[in-house]
Amino acid sequence: MIEARNLRFSYGDKEVLKGIELEVKEGELISILGPNGAGKSTLLKCLAGILKCRGVYLRGKPINEYSPKELSRILAYVPQRIEPGFLTVFDTVLLGRRPYMGLTPSERDLSAVEDALKALGIVELALKRTNEISGGELQKVSIARALAQEPDVLLMDEPTNSLDMKSQLQVMRLAKKLSKEGKTVITVMHDVNLALRFAKRFIFIKWGRKVVDGGFEILSKELFKEVYGTDVEMGEVRGIPVLVPI
Amino acid sequence: MAMDYRTYQQKKALMGLILFLSLLGVSLASLSNGPYHVSLREVFAVLSGGGNGDERLVLLGIRLPRIVAGILVGASMGVAGAVLQGYLRNPLATPFTMGVSHGAMFGASLAILLGAGYSLNSGQVFISNPYAVVLFAFFGAISATLVILTLARLRGLSPEAIVLAGVAMSSLYVALTTLVQYFANEIQLSAMVYWSFGNLERATWRENAIMTVSFTVVFIYFILKRWDLNASTLGDEVAKSVGVNIERDRLIGTLLSAFITSVTVAFVGVIGFIGLIAPHSMRLIAGGDYRALIPLSALAGALLLLSADTVARLMVSPMNLPVGVVTSFLGAPAFIYLLVRMEGQR
Repeated sequence: MIEARNLRFSYGDKEVLKGIELEVKEGELISILGPNGAGKSTLLKCLAGILKCRGVYLRGKPINEYSPKELSRILAYVPQRIEPGFLTVFDTVLLGRRPYMGLTPSERDLSAVEDALKALGIVELALKRTNEISGGELQKVSIARALAQEPDVLLMDEPTNSLDMKSQLQVMRLAKKLSKEGKTVITVMHDVNLALRFAKRFIFIKWGRKVVDGGFEILSKELFKEVYGTDVEMGEVRGIPVLVPI
Repeated sequence: MAMDYRTYQQKKALMGLILFLSLLGVSLASLSNGPYHVSLREVFAVLSGGGNGDERLVLLGIRLPRIVAGILVGASMGVAGAVLQGYLRNPLATPFTMGVSHGAMFGASLAILLGAGYSLNSGQVFISNPYAVVLFAFFGAISATLVILTLARLRGLSPEAIVLAGVAMSSLYVALTTLVQYFANEIQLSAMVYWSFGNLERATWRENAIMTVSFTVVFIYFILKRWDLNASTLGDEVAKSVGVNIERDRLIGTLLSAFITSVTVAFVGVIGFIGLIAPHSMRLIAGGDYRALIPLSALAGALLLLSADTVARLMVSPMNLPVGVVTSFLGAPAFIYLLVRMEGQR
């Protein structure tokens, strides 16, 4: 579905991604993990076509060859944060329909917005302005906006940031459900435990290079020591893998 | 919920209707009042082709072109401010922060220094070559924006950097204007100062026709871009994710708002605060959706400027106060009030 071949990216002279190789299939739920400054967000922005990088392929075709409109119908991106403003929640989510819309939104567009708001449980916020709601609520609005885009590939940069425990589970369950419906979901995560609980595949990144890529079988104390530079204890609670840094 | 949303949209349409009717009302009041009073019945008679010669001259030759100019200039500034605040994501942004006003002042001053105007002994200012002043003012006004946008195109400036570059260009033009004024004689100097008072009296039907065309074309372009403007307010990443070519749109949008403002400033001089007050008051009342914000800012800008000009015309009648003085005098406190209200909503 989406592929990176020798993906390199630099901000000015500073090379942030140093030749990443990646192949992601339909229906996968993937977490990108790694320490601060590893290049996770940059990688996600390259995969989303937000940053112009060479070496990213979507359905076998270089991502730069898609028109912005074509691309926005296939792929949606949730940034770390969006700017609050005077736009209502409903209109913000409705922006996700721009790739499909004519001059005015159709019934179909309005119902897609309604479905997205329901999926995030924020229907009652619909007519509030985004500068009247909390940071966590704004994060859900941002995710709902991407859902309304009805993408085949959903890329989310730290989607559970600023969310409470219940909302974190809600968002990750939603991600899991989407991947079961055949969509490809890639998230950058800081919360390793949430990643372990929901993702099926993990990509560890450090200093702009891929350290390792795989399922549960790759997880080990040594790996976390190498990537994060900290000792961890690994266990299980009711079948859910748990990791505690020590 | 879709029902609630429709009701919410209808409220904005109602707001637009109220503004439109107010604009109509103020226009009629402005037509009828002045040193030469014309009753409303006679106003309608003149508008439908009747009335006596004096009334026709006063209404069609003097008051109506001035009213139309007020509406066009106010609408242009309202729309230009609303759009720039969206593309640059900065509540202070207007074409004036891009150096348009100071650039125009420099252009006009230079034209006057080069011999396009002087003031008579009676104190009345005479611009001997109005076209030269208008052209110089226009190119001065738009030049700062062109410099900034060229830089932005070459070096990929962020919205914040664009705003800061505008501040720098404004200072540069203030310095250049001071230099020009240093070399001017006192007669030219008073013509320059006189020019800097924005005054709608200067507009005739010819100027109004040009402003109508420039405003209409740019207004339609921005109406077509309304979704992209909404996307821009959320940040570049979201805008790109929904397929907006945000860097290109920002350059074009900034250029077009500077263009319509430069046209009006070249004709009537600098009139401040409309581009701040009109969009921000509409944002507070009707929200930040550009589908509604663009037409509402145009209406609000027109209503504000026409009202201010009517006040300026009647307050010290039969003398005329330049409307720029009135808008700055009332605009500054109004803008501070709006900012305080908006901060409360953050």
